[in-house]
Amino acid sequence: MNIAESKYEEALARYQQKIANAATEDMVLNMGPQHPSTHGVLRLELITDGEIVKEVIPHIGYLHRCFEKHAESLTYQQTIPFTDRMDYLASMNNSHIWCMGVEKMLGIDKDIPKRIEYIRVLVCELNRIASHLIAIGTYGIDIGAFTPFLWCFRDREHIMGMLEWASGSRMLYNYIWVGGLFYDLPVGFEERCREFVDYFKPKMVELNELLTDNQIFIKRTANVGVLPMDVAINYGCSGPMLRGSGLKWDLRRIDGYSVYPELEFEVPIGKGEMGTVGDCWDRYKVRVDEIEQSLHIVEQCLDRLQKELKRTPDFDPRAKMPRKLTPKPQEYYFRGEGAKGELGFYFIHDKKKELDKEGNIRLMDTEIPFRVKSRGPSFCNLSVLPEISRGVMIADLIAIIGSIDFVLGEVDR
Amino acid sequence: MNTDEIKLLLTAKLGADIVLGEETEGLQPALLIDPDRIVEVCRELRDNPKTYFDFLSCLSGVDYGGDANRFGVVYHLASIPYQTRLTLKVSKENTRNENDLPSFPSITPVYGAANWHEREAYEMIGIYFEGHPDLRKLLLPDDWDGYPLRKDYSTIDKYYKGIKID
Repeated sequence: MNIAESKYEEALARYQQKIANAATEDMVLNMGPQHPSTHGVLRLELITDGEIVKEVIPHIGYLHRCFEKHAESLTYQQTIPFTDRMDYLASMNNSHIWCMGVEKMLGIDKDIPKRIEYIRVLVCELNRIASHLIAIGTYGIDIGAFTPFLWCFRDREHIMGMLEWASGSRMLYNYIWVGGLFYDLPVGFEERCREFVDYFKPKMVELNELLTDNQIFIKRTANVGVLPMDVAINYGCSGPMLRGSGLKWDLRRIDGYSVYPELEFEVPIGKGEMGTVGDCWDRYKVRVDEIEQSLHIVEQCLDRLQKELKRTPDFDPRAKMPRKLTPKPQEYYFRGEGAKGELGFYFIHDKKKELDKEGNIRLMDTEIPFRVKSRGPSFCNLSVLPEISRGVMIADLIAIIGSIDFVLGEVDR
Repeated sequence: MNTDEIKLLLTAKLGADIVLGEETEGLQPALLIDPDRIVEVCRELRDNPKTYFDFLSCLSGVDYGGDANRFGVVYHLASIPYQTRLTLKVSKENTRNENDLPSFPSITPVYGAANWHEREAYEMIGIYFEGHPDLRKLLLPDDWDGYPLRKDYSTIDKYYKGIKID
């Protein structure tokens, strides 16, 4: 047995010993993988002393679908549907970031027509709203408030309907392609979208009255699961998790990709209004505020799309799509702000070795990446869970899990 | 601070042999670091007031292909106060023997985010991280055989608990 393997066996034995010890002194409680409040197939092993959680050991991988292995044998264009399935609540954001990364490698990122860029941002922000609505709705139901869940799903249904109209699919769109779009927006989409924005704004006020300022909800979430900013940064948390801890860090602003520099929006952060900065309520509130900002972005996109970037009969969203996606050999890490935080793709592209008829090795251009690593925001956000849930009540652990808002499709990839 | 300045800063502080090379071509320049001293470098970059690379964006284990017999780890760091980014690389020759895994120091003491990333790189590529506090498998089952993301991984005649893998 080699040293690495023996060290692995050692780590495994240490873990099993820990569980065995806990089973005699404390109690080991399995939460998940089928527990409704773990938001998917996450298994948490809790070492508990009465109602107090001494330690949380997350077990992930139940939804592992070998994204990175698949990406090594498929072309860049063929991988887009796989990226959709990572964070399946915000598929548009995933494929947007994937496509931008590939376009940067090809060097065509400046040639994308403005109308396409605005449509991309429009659908991404709509999808971000849908994702945050699920986060808020299911968070309510975790804590015991049933109504917000139904309200959020009712409003999300409008977005799903619109995106289905544009792409033909409700959740996994495959709408944004490298260098373009699947189709232009359907005729009348902009008007329908504006109707939705007008309908949705008062609904947010209602939702705030129902949940945000609800005393029971505040009691359950304020001062619970406090994530200090330095811990958040050290553990690579991003998105609403990091902003909830009081840091203004939004890659749409920092990196200024796509047309975000032309758009006006605020970056909401947690201020500790109801308790401590970085508690569950702050993370929840950041999402609520972000919905409003996203609505603001959607409105600006609609303005542009209906005025100077109006649809023309000869507009072809696939005109700039390259015939062959063969970047130069290079390594590139692209990051963007997904609905849950920093979504990054690390590409290594290399030439493919091929044998010709005489048996000589030739280097050929290829459309298939050599290696792709995906950095899911939920993956890093979840990894901080054992750190912030030491010594909390089991019921509070539910509140903490809900406030992290992860999607297991992205954690496990 | 750009990559050249960071290189100067590192060599001035930690010795000239710490930076083995530099990749300047491409969109993102990278520094090649001495594999055994990567923890020092990360700690210096994180704590130095001139750099403050406090955010580990991504850590990827890489198998550089069939005939290269080389394994590496790529670190993507970001600095929140300065809004800059940096790529560090370490790599080692290896015989591809599963009894002799390539081994790098773990940077978990510097960045908590590295914990799960390193566990993932260990189970997928078969890179061992010395000093990691809990190097169990993360996504794969505990009794999984082999390292699936290696370029020479083959699924021919491979079964897991009676289920064919393909």
